Amino acid sequence: MKLEGKKLIWKDYQKEIPDDKYFYVRSCIRQNMFPASEHYFLKIMREDLGKDVYETEHHTTCGGIGYHCDVIKIETIMSIVARQFALMTEAGYKNYAVSCITSFGLYTEIIHTWQTFPEILAKTRRQLKEATGREFEIPEHVAHASDIIFKLRHEIAAKAKYRLVNKKTGEPLKVVEHIGCHYAKMFPHKGVGGAEYPYVLAGMIEAWGGEIVDYPERRHCCGFGFRQYFVKSNRGYSLSNTHKKFESMEPFKPDMIITNCPGCPYFMDRWQYVIAETEGKTYGENGRGIPVFTYEEVAGLVMGYDPWDLGLQVHQIGPESVLDKMGIPYDPEAKYKGLDGQDLGRPEMPKNISCC
Amino acid sequence: MKEVIVVLGGGPAGMEAALSLAGRGYKVYLVEKTNALGGHLACWDRLFPQQEPAQDILNELVNKVRAADDRIEVVYGAELQYVKRRMRGLEVMLSNQTLLQADAVLVACGFDLFRAERKEEYGYGIYENVLTSADLERKFKERKVVCADGRTPEKVAFVHCVGSRDEKVDHTYCSKVCCVTAVKQACEIKELYPEAEVFNLYMDLRMFDRYFEQMYHKAQSHYGVHFVRGRLSEVSETIDGKILIKTEDTLLGRPMKLTVDMLVLMVGMQACAGTAELAERLDLKVSASDHFFETKDLFLRGNHTHAKGIFLAGACTGPKSLPDTLQDARSAAESIHRYLND
Amino acid sequence: MKDFGFGLKKSGVIDLDQTDWTLLREIAAEEPSFMNCFYCGTCTATCSAGKYTGFNLRRLQLLIKRGQWDEVARRIPECMLCGKCQWVCPKGVNTRHIVMLINKKLHARKIC
Repeated sequence: MKLEGKKLIWKDYQKEIPDDKYFYVRSCIRQNMFPASEHYFLKIMREDLGKDVYETEHHTTCGGIGYHCDVIKIETIMSIVARQFALMTEAGYKNYAVSCITSFGLYTEIIHTWQTFPEILAKTRRQLKEATGREFEIPEHVAHASDIIFKLRHEIAAKAKYRLVNKKTGEPLKVVEHIGCHYAKMFPHKGVGGAEYPYVLAGMIEAWGGEIVDYPERRHCCGFGFRQYFVKSNRGYSLSNTHKKFESMEPFKPDMIITNCPGCPYFMDRWQYVIAETEGKTYGENGRGIPVFTYEEVAGLVMGYDPWDLGLQVHQIGPESVLDKMGIPYDPEAKYKGLDGQDLGRPEMPKNISCC
Repeated sequence: MKEVIVVLGGGPAGMEAALSLAGRGYKVYLVEKTNALGGHLACWDRLFPQQEPAQDILNELVNKVRAADDRIEVVYGAELQYVKRRMRGLEVMLSNQTLLQADAVLVACGFDLFRAERKEEYGYGIYENVLTSADLERKFKERKVVCADGRTPEKVAFVHCVGSRDEKVDHTYCSKVCCVTAVKQACEIKELYPEAEVFNLYMDLRMFDRYFEQMYHKAQSHYGVHFVRGRLSEVSETIDGKILIKTEDTLLGRPMKLTVDMLVLMVGMQACAGTAELAERLDLKVSASDHFFETKDLFLRGNHTHAKGIFLAGACTGPKSLPDTLQDARSAAESIHRYLND
Repeated sequence: MKDFGFGLKKSGVIDLDQTDWTLLREIAAEEPSFMNCFYCGTCTATCSAGKYTGFNLRRLQLLIKRGQWDEVARRIPECMLCGKCQWVCPKGVNTRHIVMLINKKLHARKIC
C-alpha cells in the first residue's frame, strides 16, 4: 500500500470545518449505547479546548430512524430538520455539529435537495411556519462531530497523556477505522477524505500514534441497515455483514476498532458476542473479541479520562486489552460501580468469548 | 516556392501527415513538444490485431521523416504560442520564439491516457499490483511481467472501460481501442504464463474492426481466457498484497469476488491537456460532449475545422486506433492539398 | 451453541477464489468447442425444454465456467437432447456432446 496515493486523494476532499462556535445536536440512540461519548465530546470541547458549543433540550430526533425504516415521509423529515435549524438560528449560531452519522447524512441530503429545488425549501419554510411559527436559516457549515475532533486532533495530541501505542513494545497499535455509510457515501465531498479512503478517523489514528489497518472489507457496511436490524427475522442479514468484515480483518490482527456512527460500534461490538455464541468464533487474542470504540471514547482515553467514567463498561467486548497495551491504569473493582459509587451488579458472562 | 504547412504534434498522425504533405512537395514544419517523435506509439510493445512490434512501425515512420529532411523540418521542444491571420496565410509563433509564415496549420496533438487515479475505488497509485494497460505494455517491452514483489502472477484480471463510458468522470464515450487491447494483453499474458488464470471484466465487448472478433475467439478457445460480463465496483488489498476485486457476473445475475495477483486497468483516451487552450488560440470548437476538437462535419469535412486554414488529424478528434489515425492523417493531407489548390 | 432466532446467512456471492476449474478443463479438453460460447442465448431461445422447465443451456455453460455445479446438476436432466440448440449456435458449439459430457462428469463425481 502506498500512502502517497491516498494522500493525493485526501487532498481532493478537503472540507471546511470551523473550529469553534457550534450548535450541537445529539443522537437518539448513542446515549443509551455509549452513555458518555457525547458528554465527553462536550467536556473536551468546552473544558479542555475552550470552545463554544451550545445545546438545547428542545432539540428532538431528526426522524432519520423513521425515514430509514420507511415509516416517515421525507416531507415530514424536512419539517423536523427545519425546526432543528430554527433552534440553531434562534440561539444565534451558524455552525451545526451533528453527533449521529445518519442525521449528518440526512441534513446533508436535505440541504442539497433545498439548494437544488428552491420550491421545496419554500414549502418547508411555509410548513414550519404554519406548524410552529418558527423561521430558520440553513447552517453555514454542517460538521459531523468526528469532523471537529479530526480538525482538533493535533490539539488533542498535544494534551494527550496516552498514545495509541503498545507501551511495552513501543509498537503502534493496529487500528481498524470504520466509517458510517451515511457519512460520505452519498456526498463524498462532505466527508473528510471522501468516500473511498475516508481520512476523518484515519487522521485521528495517525495523530494519536496508531497504525491504520486497511483490510479488504474496510468499506463494507456494518449491516445495521435499520429495517434489516429492527425486524428480528431480518437480523441474520445484519449479523452476516458484520461477520464478513471480521473475517476480512482477522488476518491483520487489529488491536482495536474506532467508529464514527451510532449503529456501527454497537453492532460490531454486540455481534462479536452473537458470532461467538452461535458459531464459536472469536477474533481477538486469547478468546477475546476486538474492542470497539467511538472516536470520543478514544479521544477521552488519550486525554487520560478514567475508562469507567467514559462508559466503557457497557461495551460487550471489554476494553481491558487495549487499556493494558496503552498503559492506562484502571480499577477492575470500579468497573460496575455507578457514578455515585453504588454497585450496579454484574452482567452474566457469555460462554464462548472472554469479555474483559 | 511551395506552400508551407505547420503540423502540431510529432506522433503517428503528425508524422504520417507530414510525409503525405512532403510527398506532394510542400514544406512542412513538424512541431513536437517533447524531444522525440512517436507519441504514445513509442511506449507500446506490440500492436493489435496481429502483434506487430510497435517499434518497427515507429522506426519506419521516423526514418521516412528523417529521409525527407529537405521538406520536413522537425522542431523539438516547442509548442504553439499564437497564430495571427495575415493578408495571405498565417503567422505562427512557437514557444521557442520561432516565427513561421504558414499557409495552413494541421493540429495532430493526439490524446492523453485517462488518469486511472481518478477512479479512486480502483486503487491505482495506492495498491502496488494495480496497473494500467500502459504500465503493462511497458512491462512487456522490458520483458519483465511480474508483480510488485517480483513474483510471477498466477491470476491476472483486466478491467475494460476504465475512464470510458463513465459519467462519474465525465467521459461518456467509448475509447474504442481498450477492448481489443485487453484481449491482446490477456493473450500475451497466457503466451508468457500458460498456467495463469486470466479474467477480462467487460460491459460490452466491442470487437468492431478487422480481425478483432477472431482475436476474441482465440482468447477464449485457444488461451482459455475467462470473460466476465460485469464492471468492477471496487478494489482492495489483501494482507499478502493481492488484489481483491468485486463485480457482478451479469449473465448469471450474481455478485462475484476474486483475488488476483495483478489487476490491469484498461485506461481510455481523453482529449489532451492543452485542448481548450489550443482551441482558443486557433479559434477551434471543442465538443461539449467528449471534449475533443469538433470537425466541420463527420462526413465530407472530417479533417476541416470552422477556422480557415486550420485542419485536424488523428486522435485529437476522438479516440482512434493506430490504423485509423494513420488513414485520418493521410486524409488530412489530402484535405489541405485540396484547400491550397482550390 | 445459543439460538437467537436468527443466524449467519449463506452468501450469494460467487467466490472465484474457491472455484474448482477441473470440470471446466476436462470438458474443454474433450470438447474444445465448449470454450467458444459467447452467451448470445440463441440455444436457450430455441430450446423446447426451456419453455416448460428452468433449463437454460447458456446459463449452464456459464455455471460450469464459474464452478457452480449444484445448479447444473439440478437442471441437466431436463434436456431432451433434441439437438436444435446445436443447429442454431453461431459459434459451432457441440451442445449435445457437452450435455452428455456434463452428465458423465457429474455422475463420475456422484453429484447427480
